[in-house]
Amino acid sequence: MTLAIVNARLVGADSVEPGTLLVQDSMIAAVGRIDVPGDAMVIDAGGKLLAPAIVDLGVFAVDREACRRGGVVRVGLMPDQSPVLDDPGMVQRAALVGKPDLWIHPLAAATQGLAGRDLAEIAFCQQAGAMAVATGRGWIADAAVMARVLAYAHDLDLAVVTHAEDGGLTAGAVATAGETATRLGLPAAPAVAEALAVARDLMLAEETGARLHIRQVTTAAALDLIRAAKRRGVAVTCGITPAHLLLADIAMSDFRTFAHLSPPLRGEADRRACLAAVADGTIDVIGSGHDPQGPEAKRLPFADSAPGMAGAETLLPLALTLVRDGHIELPRLFTLLAANPAKVLGIDAGRLAAGASADLLLFDQHAPWQVEGERFASAGNTPFDGLPVQGRPLRVWKGGRELLA
Amino acid sequence: MIAGGAVFPHRHLTGIDGLQPHEIAFLLDEAEQWVEANRTHARGTAPLAGLTQINAFFENSTRTLLSFEIAGKRLGADVVNMHAAQSSVKKGETLIDTAQTLNAMRADVLVIRHMSSGAVKLIADKVDCAVLNAGDGRHEHPTQALLDALTIRRRRGAIAGQRVVICGDLLHSRVARSNILSLTALAAEVRVCAPSTLMPPAIERMGVTPFTDFDAALEGADVVMMLRLQSERMEGALVPSPREYRLRYGLTPERLARAVPGALVMHPGPMNRGVEIDSVVADGAQSAITEQVAMGVAVRMACLDVLTRRARGVEGWA
Repeated sequence: MTLAIVNARLVGADSVEPGTLLVQDSMIAAVGRIDVPGDAMVIDAGGKLLAPAIVDLGVFAVDREACRRGGVVRVGLMPDQSPVLDDPGMVQRAALVGKPDLWIHPLAAATQGLAGRDLAEIAFCQQAGAMAVATGRGWIADAAVMARVLAYAHDLDLAVVTHAEDGGLTAGAVATAGETATRLGLPAAPAVAEALAVARDLMLAEETGARLHIRQVTTAAALDLIRAAKRRGVAVTCGITPAHLLLADIAMSDFRTFAHLSPPLRGEADRRACLAAVADGTIDVIGSGHDPQGPEAKRLPFADSAPGMAGAETLLPLALTLVRDGHIELPRLFTLLAANPAKVLGIDAGRLAAGASADLLLFDQHAPWQVEGERFASAGNTPFDGLPVQGRPLRVWKGGRELLA
Repeated sequence: MIAGGAVFPHRHLTGIDGLQPHEIAFLLDEAEQWVEANRTHARGTAPLAGLTQINAFFENSTRTLLSFEIAGKRLGADVVNMHAAQSSVKKGETLIDTAQTLNAMRADVLVIRHMSSGAVKLIADKVDCAVLNAGDGRHEHPTQALLDALTIRRRRGAIAGQRVVICGDLLHSRVARSNILSLTALAAEVRVCAPSTLMPPAIERMGVTPFTDFDAALEGADVVMMLRLQSERMEGALVPSPREYRLRYGLTPERLARAVPGALVMHPGPMNRGVEIDSVVADGAQSAITEQVAMGVAVRMACLDVLTRRARGVEGWA
């Protein structure tokens, strides 16, 4: 059967155009100013925006309901699960657990147990469904191990997703060194810990030819290194979450543990550099970093609390602020939210084009609402609690099948 | 003239941060009466009679705990000490539960020390009674700052305009943070001095002038406040050795001569004699170290008294 979504404003790679989208056999069959076949089931989009559904690269929990509400239909699942995704069986199980509503693309652990020493069975994990390898929440301290991870993953044409913070500098730290951390008396690491880690991993990626994706880059110095590496042709991409684009370290004031993130929130100058890097194309991916944590992990003294925020449900409206504030246009936003993360994972999705998976998001760009952590699908640990936002998914399709509440 | 509770509207004392200069001065003024009372043996008044004060110390302490215990008892409170550091309470995992337990026991005032910055505020937000911060991590130790301010005010006649040098492990020091906040609020000129390995980033944003050269920092100082260097931090990671620390930051008689004649020497204790401070200085005529201890009891009496006035229904505070 053919599904026809008519009267939509189609968010393409370069522009937003009114038109129609046809779905056949879970794939996009045609898109643009086209005729609707007589036997098609027709859905009137009412002039709303139709975009590729979000591909959220680097989530820490399988949270189907939060993803559905957020317009997310594919996630790159971090290997930091219990048990760790360093085993083909675990990878295979993770890949199946979300279907059919949510497609989980597991990121296999780069090293056994994510301990940063011995290579995991990456090829077996790839056979089992892993779409990339990742260092997890931490950094691989040993440069020799990291070089082997990159070289080995390159053999298998898998991207290596890294966490970029020099572990020596960040040991014990829960904040970025600066006035806020000093006033609060929180153990802090200098922001340069990120650039140090990025510099090493860029050089190793260049040396090995591997594809490197730095999951979160949050400082001006690291972004400068990536900008220069891209110019040299290094196969590097990088991402960020809305929190680091919209909040600076002052959000930790009063010991708000919901603002305890990893990497920690940065100073205002770095935040502005991140916005500029989104605008100039240095940053490739915006993800939620979805990491729901209950009160047992957050209602603690700041330094004892777990880092992370629940982000899937607020990813779209927070990312839309970039459009409203004039940093980027809508087509570019969905390149960051869908097309680029799909590319890192090596899947044909995340774009409105014939032949791609019919993962679709119909949304109202201006619908106003207020973030209420208490009403989140799982945990409500968001530093944006209480914030009035705009933009809400109206309907979501995965492989041409509508996801219903 | 601001009367009664309007002069000090806070339910808790979690830090110097958030206090107005006149509120700090009010606590110091209140402490003065207890300084005099403590010197006599006529300790007749017992304003806190019938009230329960729980000292919940999640981190080991001898001096501060003793000081709070004496302060509470002199005011007539029933004082109970909870040595959480030695009990099954570990880290923050049961902190809220512990707070709720203490709350359910209907304590009238909780005095809390904890090894994590922000822990005391977390508890204060969850209980009905007054909470007094006796030190949280590297964050604040407000009664220490108040007793230091009282000592300076009594010995130097004023705090405004005094050049105060705070020297030592500023990075890990809650004493330093609270003192910086109170002394800058009271218009002292504050210099901080430490090796760069022990200097908190962006400390100048707190209104102080940082120095790494102790001799330069001491020029014209009215007050020299030394901080304790924890022994585990002298072993090479942050400071090469105790003797090298003394070489650069030890308060010797020669160094003290760079300060103004009669400059006050202070230390929150316990001291590492021969490391951050020489005995001849610690025990000398310019030392106010034992006086600080005496002021500590008076200041804590004042804080306990003021913070329980609302609950006691003191006129003008209810």
